[in-house]
Amino acid sequence: MRAGVRERHRRWDGGKETLMNRTSSENSVARPADSAADRQLPPDWHQLLRSMLCIRYFEDQVKALFGSGLVRGSTHLCQGQEAVAVGVCSLLTPGDAMTCSYRGHGAVLAAGAAMDACFGEILGREGGLCKGKSGSMHLADFDKGIIGSNAIVGAQLPISLGAGLAAQYRKTGKVSVAFTGDGSTNIGAFHETMNLAAVWRLPVVVVVENNHYGEYSPLAATTSVTRLCGRATAYGMPGLLVDGNDLLAVREVAEDAISRARAGQGPTLIEADTYRHEGHSRSDPAKYRPAGELELWLARDPIPRFEEVVLAARAATRADLASLRDGTKADVEEALERAKTWPEPPANRLYEDVYR
Amino acid sequence: MTAELTCREAIAQAIADELASDPDVILFGEDVGAAGGVFKSTVGLFERFGPERVRDTPISEQAIVGTAIGAAMMGLRPIAEIMFADFAGVCFDQLANQLAKYRYLTGGQACLPVTVRMANGAGAGFGAQHSQATENWFLNVPGLKIAVPGTVEDCYGLLRAAVRDDNPVLVFEHKNLLGLKGTVKKGPYRLGEASVVRPGNDVTVVATQQMRHCALEAADLLAGDGIEIEVIDPRTLVPFDDERVAESLAKTARLLVVQEGPPCGGWGASLIARMTSNHFQCFDVAPRLLASAETPVPFAARLEEAWMPGCADVVNAARELVAS
Repeated sequence: MRAGVRERHRRWDGGKETLMNRTSSENSVARPADSAADRQLPPDWHQLLRSMLCIRYFEDQVKALFGSGLVRGSTHLCQGQEAVAVGVCSLLTPGDAMTCSYRGHGAVLAAGAAMDACFGEILGREGGLCKGKSGSMHLADFDKGIIGSNAIVGAQLPISLGAGLAAQYRKTGKVSVAFTGDGSTNIGAFHETMNLAAVWRLPVVVVVENNHYGEYSPLAATTSVTRLCGRATAYGMPGLLVDGNDLLAVREVAEDAISRARAGQGPTLIEADTYRHEGHSRSDPAKYRPAGELELWLARDPIPRFEEVVLAARAATRADLASLRDGTKADVEEALERAKTWPEPPANRLYEDVYR
Repeated sequence: MTAELTCREAIAQAIADELASDPDVILFGEDVGAAGGVFKSTVGLFERFGPERVRDTPISEQAIVGTAIGAAMMGLRPIAEIMFADFAGVCFDQLANQLAKYRYLTGGQACLPVTVRMANGAGAGFGAQHSQATENWFLNVPGLKIAVPGTVEDCYGLLRAAVRDDNPVLVFEHKNLLGLKGTVKKGPYRLGEASVVRPGNDVTVVATQQMRHCALEAADLLAGDGIEIEVIDPRTLVPFDDERVAESLAKTARLLVVQEGPPCGGWGASLIARMTSNHFQCFDVAPRLLASAETPVPFAARLEEAWMPGCADVVNAARELVAS
């Protein structure tokens, strides 16, 4: 681990931490953020910020599409969690594999899937990422190493082991990253994955996006130990806690975990403390949230926070950032308009791709 | 390849031949390595191919199947074993929601050359949670191929075909046939081809695994009465070789399907439905499905025997079909 990383996240060491069983509102003040001026701005800051903005505007558009009845089924949005997806995925290189949950639009975009193809899939269009066969909860782009978001809670985790095994077996130095929600840490597949990853020392990084709610239930109502990175102790792997709304902190932690994986030192569990601005799914207005909680988290929105770092480094002016926002928003809208023009798949595609 | 082998030896031989011919093939499952498999179907593989390619897993069926899926999508050809076929229940999500659907859900991006081996069936006194013939659980899940070998030759050939297939294949190896002896043949090995095990003109009898052997025994007895049944082993349930059955039916005009396992929602009922819908003009009499009792598989030997269709049941059913 590089010097300086330790200050921004905590390595779970099996008991010295005293953050257990806090309520989600207490969690919201988890750590004092480093002052923006102290932060080293990476050379690719522009791309990182743009990637977060893409996700934000993309999700806003998806919400509007569902709200206006243009899209069928359900969707699970990730506004507020952008820094986790972007921080981790910015470290992936060709040949790495990424899986994620159904709240996965962000990770899929961050890993490089084209926006119009993602919109197209969510709209059920022939030009969609998966030819309109899968919809919002199953996005995949194998050319980009995106081997699938998954509609079953935690089911992507065992699959991520296989990608890790292939890398280990072929000695490629590649890594398998799996994003998963806090709710998935209570499903059996999580336990099976953690143990097998550890016992085979697979190059797997499990990133728990702790947004404090498993569907409609607050974490503490369903989970006896709410400091989720602590689970790592039980499997003999490092567990790292990070402020998931701090892009650079996420990146540093992920770099540590990914480097270990590439070097054959086995898996890591990362808990990224974050928040979803929207409800669980399309039909959930999130009325169960305590008053003021959302506002608290909006004040810690990862995008303005990173913009402050950029400004403090004098890498851009406020006007530059406003222009980046406008340009990105326009690109997202353009991608959506393009996808809207694509046709639905013809009925005879029904039988394609069941078998090879 | 003319030496006599048991089914379990043929299975180990098939895996060994695939491991030897393709470096992308790997085998993993509970106790398949150092212990040689709880059914001794993987004896010697760990010693020959080493711990990188023949791996013991924890008792974690979801992780086993998920690992196979992920590894296949990244280019390997995994063979996963989940021991007793009943344990498919503890990883049903990975089999039915993931493995079967992944290619479709990714618009054809995923290629899933995954072989899942399971020990199938009743007759050995293992009780209700270790004795089921579970192949029917998967008939309603498009995307999987299903192999049900009933001979040494098929245990070897269908397994090799499964490993070489670019689709997920579930291979059900019948526990009660593992000691059966026979020889293996040189390829090509194909999925989806039924075998006419014994020719006959009076009744078409379709049966797999133990029931195939039961039907052959019945055929000898019936021949004494002058009734010649044609015994067909479909060998794979998905894809199913309807054509071979229809050809036989055109000749016999009588169909008897013998299935280990309860009658509802099974391959036997589905076959009869397809044959009556598509070849109704061929039938002289209503087709018959001879299946297990609609109960869990009981433990006591006499009860388990009563649960399973037997030789006498096949003889009686064939006689009734001929008489009516």
